[in-house]
Amino acid sequence: MDVGIRKRFPAGEESAGFHLDVQFEAAAGITVLYGPSGSGKTMTLDSIAGFVMPDAGRIMLGNRILFDAEAPVQLRPQDRACGYVFQNYALFPHMTVRQNLAFAAYQLPRLERHRRIAELLDRFRLGDLAGRYPRELSGGQKQRASIARALIAEPQALLLDEPGRGLDAPLRADLYSLVLEMKKSLRIPMLLVTHDLEECFALADNVLIYDAGRIVHRGAPLNLLHNPGTSEVARLLGNFNIYQAEILALNPARQTSRIRMLGHDWNGPHLRGCFLGDRITLCARPEELRIADKPGDNRVRMELVRATERPQSVRADFGNELIVDVPRTEWAEKPDALWVEIPATSLRQIS
Amino acid sequence: MAAHPTTIDWFPLWLSLQVAGAATLISLALGIWLAWLLANRQFPGKEILDALTTLPLALPPTVLGYYLLVTIGRTSWIGRAWESLTGSALVFTWRAAVIASTLHAIPLLVKSSRAALESVDHACERAGRSLGASEWRIFWKVSLPLARRPVAAATALAFARSLGDFGATLMVAGDIPGRTQTAAIAIFDAVESGNTFVARTLVIVISIVTAAIVFLANRLERRRPA
Repeated sequence: MDVGIRKRFPAGEESAGFHLDVQFEAAAGITVLYGPSGSGKTMTLDSIAGFVMPDAGRIMLGNRILFDAEAPVQLRPQDRACGYVFQNYALFPHMTVRQNLAFAAYQLPRLERHRRIAELLDRFRLGDLAGRYPRELSGGQKQRASIARALIAEPQALLLDEPGRGLDAPLRADLYSLVLEMKKSLRIPMLLVTHDLEECFALADNVLIYDAGRIVHRGAPLNLLHNPGTSEVARLLGNFNIYQAEILALNPARQTSRIRMLGHDWNGPHLRGCFLGDRITLCARPEELRIADKPGDNRVRMELVRATERPQSVRADFGNELIVDVPRTEWAEKPDALWVEIPATSLRQIS
Repeated sequence: MAAHPTTIDWFPLWLSLQVAGAATLISLALGIWLAWLLANRQFPGKEILDALTTLPLALPPTVLGYYLLVTIGRTSWIGRAWESLTGSALVFTWRAAVIASTLHAIPLLVKSSRAALESVDHACERAGRSLGASEWRIFWKVSLPLARRPVAAATALAFARSLGDFGATLMVAGDIPGRTQTAAIAIFDAVESGNTFVARTLVIVISIVTAAIVFLANRLERRRPA
């Protein structure tokens, strides 16, 4: 799938103007559109599905043109072969699960229709619920029914708008394995909108980070975590320590540097294209920092401001945007003062 | 004063029910189509169409009747076309009464149906589109079933309103006993001629029928769609 679209919304009385301008390719597999609410993620899905008409650009799916402002081509949503899983599921409330699926299978020949409905009911564990109405289903069951319905007509792309929203942890895990299994069996581009970082990392082959109508960064999820590129992206990806630093010394031969930040001198990473005395921005993930009970290399004694329990770790906040996530096993004693270690390899330069 | 018969000619009541039934069916088909058009489509003159469909609600019935006489009268092109096709005139027949009643009933249906169609969850309609269903199929299988209660309530009220039309019907269909004299007109005649028994009976029957319809409409309106 190849998408390049622009759409402008003039500022209204109650809304500021909004400008969507995105360009990306989505191969078979899961592309996650990640970003804060109102950054244009759902609008991108709606443009691909044909519910919203962009002002300019082109949308290709395989070798089919879904939309081209120049030509002009504007396929109806009916002709786009894009399955859409809506945020509120959008199951037809007056139809049973089976009728919902049958609605989508309308164009298939009769025998094929029955076979396909039975297959999907079975695959999504809906067999026993086929005769129920949507209001009689739980959130997870509705979710499965809406995905099954979207797959009936064998779409060439699947668009999922915040599928994990409103589901509690076990149902989310269920959803993730379902989506990953679909990825394997379908081999079509799947676009998934979320503003949940965990969902993003659990599912994405490729991430597009949205902010204010633009894609500010893209890449494989781990790659983004290691190279957030800009401090905005680092903040969007959550939980980065971001520091201003000054370069005191550079040693390209040993791929190290010496920097000053947080009022102390530190051993720094190899800094490409920088000069002595440059002021740079560095970031580090809280889980890559360490605490210790004695001095050592790249360690500074800090005052603990507060410690917060988290599911798998303890978050130690030393103020000044210095946060360390400590595995609970290491968090044996809690003295007021601790040595914080910022390994040189954890520091990454951003602009 | 002449003695009045104490038996009742039920013809006006039957005629009224038949005319109202036919008018309701026509205005249902036409009204839902207009409502769908107003709810889903953008086109030039949409506001004017919206105003025109409301007008019969606001105009005095006699004004409406006058317009109808001009439009379907024997000298109008519609009237002449009808006469050359069927061999008889359109005005001063029960058919003219149906037309007058339809015009009276349509604003109610359009207004309520439009509001009902606009309140249908648009995600459901979008889902229908993304599943490849035609607009026609989405309307019949999704939008209309989801809007069925308010539409049914409006249909009931439209029937009640058709049943009670007086002014416009009198002007285009006249007051021909046994042919175009509807219940509303018969009541007027009975009161005019001092036949209180006939007037009272017809008034009571019409009141009961109308009250039952209004009660039904309210019930339909109140219960939330599934």
